[in-house]
Amino acid sequence: MRKTKMQFSLGSENIITVLLLVAGAILPFFLSTYRVSIFSYFFTSAILGLSISFIWGYTGIFSFGQAAFFGIGGYTYGILSKLFDNNALTPVALVAGVALAAAVAAILAWFMFYGGINDVFVGLITMCFTIALSTFLGQTAGSEWKIGDVSLGGFNGITKIPTLYFGSYKCDKVTFYYVTFLILAAIYIALLLLKKTKAGYSLLAIRENRTRSELFGYNVPKIQVIVFTIGGAIAGIAGVLYAAWGNYITPSNLDLSASTLVVVLVAAGGRKNPTAALIFTIAYSIIANTLSSSGSQYALVILGLILILVILFVPNGIITAAFDGIDSAWRKFTGKKTESEGGETA
Amino acid sequence: MSYLYQFCNNFSFLILSAIGLSIIFGMMGIINLAHGEFIMLGAYITTFLATAGVPLPVAILIGALGTGVFGFLIDRLIISHLYNRPLDSVVATWGISLIMCQGMRILFGSSIPGTSTPLGSFSIGDGKYSVYRILLAVIALLVVVAVYFIFMHTKIGLHARATMQNSSIASSMGVNSNKMYALTFAFGSALAGFCGGLYAPTMSITPDIGSNFMMESFVTVIVGGTNPLVGTVLSGGVLGLVRSFLEMNMGTFAGRVGLLVVAILFIRLVPKGFSGLVDNIRKKMEVKKHAKN
Repeated sequence: MRKTKMQFSLGSENIITVLLLVAGAILPFFLSTYRVSIFSYFFTSAILGLSISFIWGYTGIFSFGQAAFFGIGGYTYGILSKLFDNNALTPVALVAGVALAAAVAAILAWFMFYGGINDVFVGLITMCFTIALSTFLGQTAGSEWKIGDVSLGGFNGITKIPTLYFGSYKCDKVTFYYVTFLILAAIYIALLLLKKTKAGYSLLAIRENRTRSELFGYNVPKIQVIVFTIGGAIAGIAGVLYAAWGNYITPSNLDLSASTLVVVLVAAGGRKNPTAALIFTIAYSIIANTLSSSGSQYALVILGLILILVILFVPNGIITAAFDGIDSAWRKFTGKKTESEGGETA
Repeated sequence: MSYLYQFCNNFSFLILSAIGLSIIFGMMGIINLAHGEFIMLGAYITTFLATAGVPLPVAILIGALGTGVFGFLIDRLIISHLYNRPLDSVVATWGISLIMCQGMRILFGSSIPGTSTPLGSFSIGDGKYSVYRILLAVIALLVVVAVYFIFMHTKIGLHARATMQNSSIASSMGVNSNKMYALTFAFGSALAGFCGGLYAPTMSITPDIGSNFMMESFVTVIVGGTNPLVGTVLSGGVLGLVRSFLEMNMGTFAGRVGLLVVAILFIRLVPKGFSGLVDNIRKKMEVKKHAKN
């Protein structure tokens, strides 16, 4: 981080950003309604990925808890929208889901960061939290686990969750696609802009060196709690959208593999760079979707192998490395000697 | 009586499943997410040998040894490149655990025939108690004593502790710290394999049995802190007590979640776990001693 000026130069990352946004906006004109609908699902995982990119990539908080907040958002939306039994009230359920996810994240964060817990221990505690929550939801099959008329349903989760409505207008297929796309784009652009602001710098400073930031007068635990809460809210949005998209949510959405997978994807794509996280989560979703229809049992082995290789050879992530490579090649090609921009080197 | 039995049961489970993890974490600062899969590997080797007719104790020891060798290889191939990057090692060990779990499933299917729990059981009053489970508690204590002996009374243990306190000074005094790390990782893996072997006869053997151990072992290490011996034993004891109490009164599920809640509350109050607590008390006592003199 050498430059402090606000600047948007023409790096490969910025070009890709614009291309991605344009592609997302015109996609429904080229694909069948079914495919468009699947893409809204991919976008929910991308939002979850961005929440990791925000708390881990920006601020250095290593959390396995995002899937739990995803689940809290989804379950809250499911329970409330069914309790209301009035489609016009689904936006209220959406807000409530996000709020609850944020609130739980805030409480957990308060416990951890004011308790002086950091680094891997945050990872462990959030992991335990996620496991506990999914175990709890997994054993709610009995009839005593009912909120109003809504059964929590154990391993089968909550089904027949209504989709989003605005007034009496049903958000379906293409409209739903645009809703998720807009939310995703808003979060994504906000993250990119944040990198250029003072507040963003204080996050990066905490990531690079906590003690030093603290000595410079930053209230590190407070900032961490705020970041973790916002991260929880973003994951909550993803969960709500997922539940509204698929009309169901189950404990497997927040089990150990779900919670670690998204961390791993962001790590492999490039955790310090939201564009990389975005591309990689969507690319993985597309590949996994294709593989699961062909049913390959080697998918997990390949995934694990990729992960180890990435960590050993390109620790900053595949997509980030690609951006850097293209940029330096372009600079050589044009013969210009400009300083590297966009992605910061750590 | 049944409280005591339940406590022994939980205590030995927590200690045995956590000790390997906590040695690797305490000495190297690496969180081994593949710990559960190492336990699984130990259980597989033991079960294969036991069903092939090898006597169970021998099978368990070979299982531990085999897992130790496997851990050594993993360390040389992958972990040794990540000694100074603890967060990256978390991702890498997660990759290892994915490969091991799914690889086992591809090789041997979704479960293999297990062995039955040996030694039978006896009953006092209404309660029925398994001799093997009681034996496990004894073994857990023996493991703790053995680990204590190795670390405090052998040359390797001395070198290991020196590396743990300050690896650069240790290596300038002629300790090969890379070798110590490799040995530590192999030793921790072997203990994980030992745990897997010991519990293999008590559960059905599937590629994902590691996850049965994961949460408990992590919680024990979190509450215990960085000192592999003091921390693990104390936290195993306290958590075992909490869990037995909750299980007896409110069922297995309450035991699991209660364990977690206690861990989170405890770590909020004592951030460095039992290791930090013990260190503080020791320092205070020393200060008092000096004040008297």
